[in-house]
Amino acid sequence: MSEPQVLVIGAGPAGVRAAEALVAGGISPVVVDESPRSGGQIYRQPPDGFTRPGKALYGFEAGRAQRLHQTFASLQNHMDYRPETLVWNIRDGVAHTAQDGAHGEIPFDAIIIATGAHDRVAPFPGWTTPGVFTLGGTQVALKYQGCAIGRRVAFVGTGPLLTLVAWQYAKAGTEVAAVIDSATLGEELGALGTLAKDPTTLAKGLYYTASLRTRRVPLSHGAVPLEAEGDGRVEALRYRDGAGREQRVACDAIATGYGLTPETRLADIAGCRFAFHEPSRQWLPETDDDGRTAVARVYLAGDGMGIAGANAAEARGALASFAVLADLGRSVPMTRVAGHRRQLAAARRFAAALDGAFAYPADLAATMADDTILCRCEAIRAGKLRHAANDLGANELNRAKALTRVAMGRCQGRMCGAAAAEVLAAALHTPIDQVERLRGAAPAKPVPLSLGAKP
Amino acid sequence: MTIDTEVAIVGGGIAGCATALYLAQRDVPVVMLEKGMAGAQASGVNFGGVRQQGRLLPELPLARRSREIWPRLASIIGTDCEFVASGHLKLARDDADCEELAAYAVAARDYGLNLDVLDGDQTRRRFPWLSDAVAGASLCPKDGQANPRLVGPAFARAARAAGADIREDTEVTGFAHDGQAHDGRGFELTTAGGQVVRARQMLNCAGAWGASVAAAFGETVPLAAIAPQMVVTEPTRHFIEPALGMCDTGIYLRQVARGNVVFGGGAGIADTVASRAYVLPEHTLAAGALAASLIPRLANLQIIRVWTGIEGEMPDALPVIGPSQTTAGLWHAFGFSGHGFQLGPVMGDILGELLTSGQTPTPIEAFRIGRFASN
Repeated sequence: MSEPQVLVIGAGPAGVRAAEALVAGGISPVVVDESPRSGGQIYRQPPDGFTRPGKALYGFEAGRAQRLHQTFASLQNHMDYRPETLVWNIRDGVAHTAQDGAHGEIPFDAIIIATGAHDRVAPFPGWTTPGVFTLGGTQVALKYQGCAIGRRVAFVGTGPLLTLVAWQYAKAGTEVAAVIDSATLGEELGALGTLAKDPTTLAKGLYYTASLRTRRVPLSHGAVPLEAEGDGRVEALRYRDGAGREQRVACDAIATGYGLTPETRLADIAGCRFAFHEPSRQWLPETDDDGRTAVARVYLAGDGMGIAGANAAEARGALASFAVLADLGRSVPMTRVAGHRRQLAAARRFAAALDGAFAYPADLAATMADDTILCRCEAIRAGKLRHAANDLGANELNRAKALTRVAMGRCQGRMCGAAAAEVLAAALHTPIDQVERLRGAAPAKPVPLSLGAKP
Repeated sequence: MTIDTEVAIVGGGIAGCATALYLAQRDVPVVMLEKGMAGAQASGVNFGGVRQQGRLLPELPLARRSREIWPRLASIIGTDCEFVASGHLKLARDDADCEELAAYAVAARDYGLNLDVLDGDQTRRRFPWLSDAVAGASLCPKDGQANPRLVGPAFARAARAAGADIREDTEVTGFAHDGQAHDGRGFELTTAGGQVVRARQMLNCAGAWGASVAAAFGETVPLAAIAPQMVVTEPTRHFIEPALGMCDTGIYLRQVARGNVVFGGGAGIADTVASRAYVLPEHTLAAGALAASLIPRLANLQIIRVWTGIEGEMPDALPVIGPSQTTAGLWHAFGFSGHGFQLGPVMGDILGELLTSGQTPTPIEAFRIGRFASN
């Protein structure tokens, strides 16, 4: 009998730990990753020749990052690693890839989809002005390229990443103009009880905030953006602070993000079922505790299952591989399974507290002005979506997409999808889960038109 | 609950919705029953070509008449559906193709359709972005393109506004006629929700499901469900004015005003039970490669989206239009075989005429359902 072929998509914390567990279980996986080097978004490695030390790149997480990179390096002779490769479709036990402009096919007996997450955006007037970046993109610029998005940067959004990236920018020598958090202090304090059960993570968050205060960075809670000002380039951010006063801060770049959205498109293409997750107001693929889906041979790992953070992703990666091994009839180290499940349960409690502390600003999205651009790829304004809902019978997102082009552009709904759902639900006066979810089809991400032309 | 009406329309594609509009405008009571959303299947997921050129000749009188309606859509249904008279350019790749185009141009002239037949050099002079793979072409300047997603829903809204009873998410599960089961009112349709619609006449506009509706009245037609695949690129500067077709089964392609290039080729999997269709990646790849070989400038564009949907295809690629052979008061209009979009608007007039007067000035003899009986 030939060796079962197991395919891991993604070489972030989940993908690396999945590969490690497979190798330990006697299987040589194929690991496909879009990036040139492993680490995912959080432990992204700079290109060859860049020399910033791990401590500068990853801060408190330098040790974890280094261990993950070392683990992956140690697997090199035991796996078929394909960097800079996109899986754009999954069908009938075959993954379709695009690498260097050429199409490829990888048959699999089991597939672990560990595609991570992307920024969750809440559009506001002027958010498409050059100089406005997503929070994740802002961090990547620093981590990967060693450059900042501006000289004087305003941070607006919510979630743990907001203060972290602001702190990283301040530490790297960029002037942080302001940190404008939509969560109120009360919401954050309310979650403290749970967050304190993970004291190191909580301490890190407090440290970032304190450090920013020491640098006299204005921190505003319960605050919402009003407009990114600037003609052709960001010049200032107007916002309403927690006390309801309008403020204006001069800046030449803005970083914005309201938490993360799981990257679920490949799971969708693979046929996974989804359920609405009320606390994060997102649709998540359904799995069992170890990442098994209802689709034979398809397993999920990491933040693509629902946001729980990098440590949980490592546990989920290992658990998914143990599930694969068990389903292939291989032996599984049960004590390690139990350990990972405990880690995961703790991380999920923490993530649930974060959902409460740093909620997506649903009202901000739902009440955006009619002339605010909602879908930047197709330049569709919120009013057009409301018109489709009120006058054209668009009673769910896919119909609204068909009638308005919202979420039809090259980001495939990743940027506007969350806000479009809020706008549509509010216009229809229905709960958000009633507007359904945008269905995803191949390609999982844009692929070259001439992909099929190369031999 | 029982609803009594004059005409019951089964199927909410463009033909069904346009007929509902025609009838409502003339105060004929009409109920339209659509199992999903109006215009969601073949009417909404096709390529968006508004094309007379290249049609089988029996369809040309319908296409000619429908072409008169397209530029007036804004006044009829409140939106122009992004219709543009961009022209349609049909490409030849070899001498045999060129001969086919020349012969078609002669035949089409009898129907009042004038085509400009071009040789390879003439084609590239007018359309310099085409590659040497093109051996000639035929241009129909009056043809064009529109946004298929907008047309069906707009006809449904207009019909509702005119007084038609438009019911979406309403699947008909039971068909009966008074010959066997009823008291003289004609048709009795039962929906999945338990409603009963009684009507004197019934119109079968059920597209790929049209054959099963016909079968409920004892008429067998050889319909196949197909799922033509489409591909959409990221937007780029607008340079392809006409919609493009090819002589053999290749691809068809257009560039929308926004700049995206839309092209179709190959067929995916049609699941009529689940009302879902699935794209096969090999066709996406093949269509992309062919598009790049015809228009080299497309080679570096990214594909951002694909789609497909379910259409009904007849063996002779002609639709079934006309009266039932088994049941008085039953009319059929389905099986438009992947090229019914352009005909949709005129079907409202033709079917409306049939339902209200029993006749239409447009020749439809070639589409009779009985043409399959002798086989």
